[in-house]
Amino acid sequence: MASSIETFGLTKRFGSFTALDHLNLKVEGSKCVGFLGPNGAGKTTTLKLLTDMIFPTEGGCRINGVSVQDDRKRALADAGVLIESPEIYPSLTPNEALGMVADLRGLAASDRRDRIRTVLGEVKMSDWADQKVGRMSKGMKQRINIASALVHDPAVLLLDEPSTGLDPRGMAEVRAIVRDLKQSHRLIFMSSHILSEVVDVCDEVALIDKGKLLFYDTLENVTARFANGHSTVDVLLARPITPEDVARRVTPLPSVAGVQQLDPKRLRVRFTGGLDGQEHLVEALVGLHLGVVSVAESESALEEIYLSQISRGD
Amino acid sequence: MASATVDAPAGRLQVPGSMQQVLKLTRYQLREYIRSRRFVALAAIVLVIGAILTAVVAHFRGAVISTNLAYYGTFWGGGVVFVIVLAAVFFGGDAIAGEFQNKTGYFLMGLPMRRATVYVGKFIAAFVASVAMMLLFLAILVGNGAYYFGVNLLPWQIWLSLVLALLYLAAVLGATFLFSSLFKVSAYGFVLTALLFLIGFSLIQDVVTMLVKIEPWMIISYADSTIGEVFSTNVLWGLTGTVTQSTIGMGPHAVTTTTYTAGVGEGIVIMLVYLVVTAAAGLWLFEREEFT
Repeated sequence: MASSIETFGLTKRFGSFTALDHLNLKVEGSKCVGFLGPNGAGKTTTLKLLTDMIFPTEGGCRINGVSVQDDRKRALADAGVLIESPEIYPSLTPNEALGMVADLRGLAASDRRDRIRTVLGEVKMSDWADQKVGRMSKGMKQRINIASALVHDPAVLLLDEPSTGLDPRGMAEVRAIVRDLKQSHRLIFMSSHILSEVVDVCDEVALIDKGKLLFYDTLENVTARFANGHSTVDVLLARPITPEDVARRVTPLPSVAGVQQLDPKRLRVRFTGGLDGQEHLVEALVGLHLGVVSVAESESALEEIYLSQISRGD
Repeated sequence: MASATVDAPAGRLQVPGSMQQVLKLTRYQLREYIRSRRFVALAAIVLVIGAILTAVVAHFRGAVISTNLAYYGTFWGGGVVFVIVLAAVFFGGDAIAGEFQNKTGYFLMGLPMRRATVYVGKFIAAFVASVAMMLLFLAILVGNGAYYFGVNLLPWQIWLSLVLALLYLAAVLGATFLFSSLFKVSAYGFVLTALLFLIGFSLIQDVVTMLVKIEPWMIISYADSTIGEVFSTNVLWGLTGTVTQSTIGMGPHAVTTTTYTAGVGEGIVIMLVYLVVTAAAGLWLFEREEFT
């Protein structure tokens, strides 16, 4: 059976404030779904409802077909959870904290030590395995939290802004961990407001604002749907180029719909034709001998969609 | 509480039964208590109380320890109640509220456990840690008792008194956990428990006894007197207590005071009712509290 997360009519009100408004969402299979939205959109509320930390006003949710509200124990049995950067009992070491999680989850004693060693290695905390958690920085604790979500090798991962509190290197490492996890047939549901993170690691994206789901689709479909068939790439040049040269040489290229000069050495090019169009564009740019160093898919596409959809609701 | 194991939907893991999880959680929670400063601090307080008690007994000797029963009745019966309240405040005051305030609850709540498992596991851990303090206090008293009366004169009543003290501890912890479940700030749980058990209940008991002139059977502190009362030669074992009236002064200024002493059976019932009601109410609250 494919792993799945499902919400049906999921609603949460705090007094007169509606934090989540009849959320209907079903994600299943082995993929990473980015759950995007501005602060206060209802992302963490959704994840807390999915883990029974708070209770729905209406509706409900299921993990792997098991109702979280009716049987949290069975619903969370094969899920790894990281919500709100939790604190670990300060007197425990990472080895002990993960041992407790493994023990309570029913990991066989024979597998426990190897598994803990593996996940501590994955989050780069092996050298701290026997130090007290209470003496660790916020970023180190977050790594232990990620390790605790992984220790039982879950089929479903619920991650609430997992890179919160980490330095840039830590954030990059978390992304690498999530990318690796995608390879091993898991369903990852990850909330974030960092667009580059979502573009980098997610296959699909769900956008939520003011408690309502605005859309849920693959990144490609979202980009295609909201960008009117346009794609965007960022082009890095070895040498500066003048605005006149951009207008004279780049803008007229076939399939180019628009060019924005970000700085003297960086261009953002909107074009049509999908992957074929991108291939022709790269060939043409190289043929112009502008000193093209790199052509990368722009994060701005999702950013523009994000901003347009969020502002539409204002 | 069901104790059957739960198959993960994918069939890869068997989550332990709830009873097994309670015991596992108790073990880790107890480890947390034992390594904490509060455990060391409370042990130090108990040792200081024991040292003061040893000095008092050595100084006044015959005046306060005429018999071994009087010795244990006075010092164990009076002292252990204080130790129990302190232990409940130290280990139970923030047991539930702390999970919210310190955000450790978010770590536990992501695990496949029933909420009752968390509540019961923490309760047992607090109970065991408190029993350790009680036994430390008892060891000091028995040491003194052995010195003055010999090791063979440990009265059998001490075991009954110990059972009553354990029951009182469970009842106090039940109330402490209930208070802790009412708040999401640890300090409120600490303060409310300490105030009620060190001052509040005694005050209410005095008011009920002196002003209303009825037996204060509804106050838990009324039941704790049975812990020392079992050493008394005229102890009442049943469900009714004794009423003693004494008059102070003479003539129109004479004041008559009434003292109620709970029967042992009555004390047991009061403590059991407190334990069951507060534990059920605390668990009910915790089951409905949200980790917002």
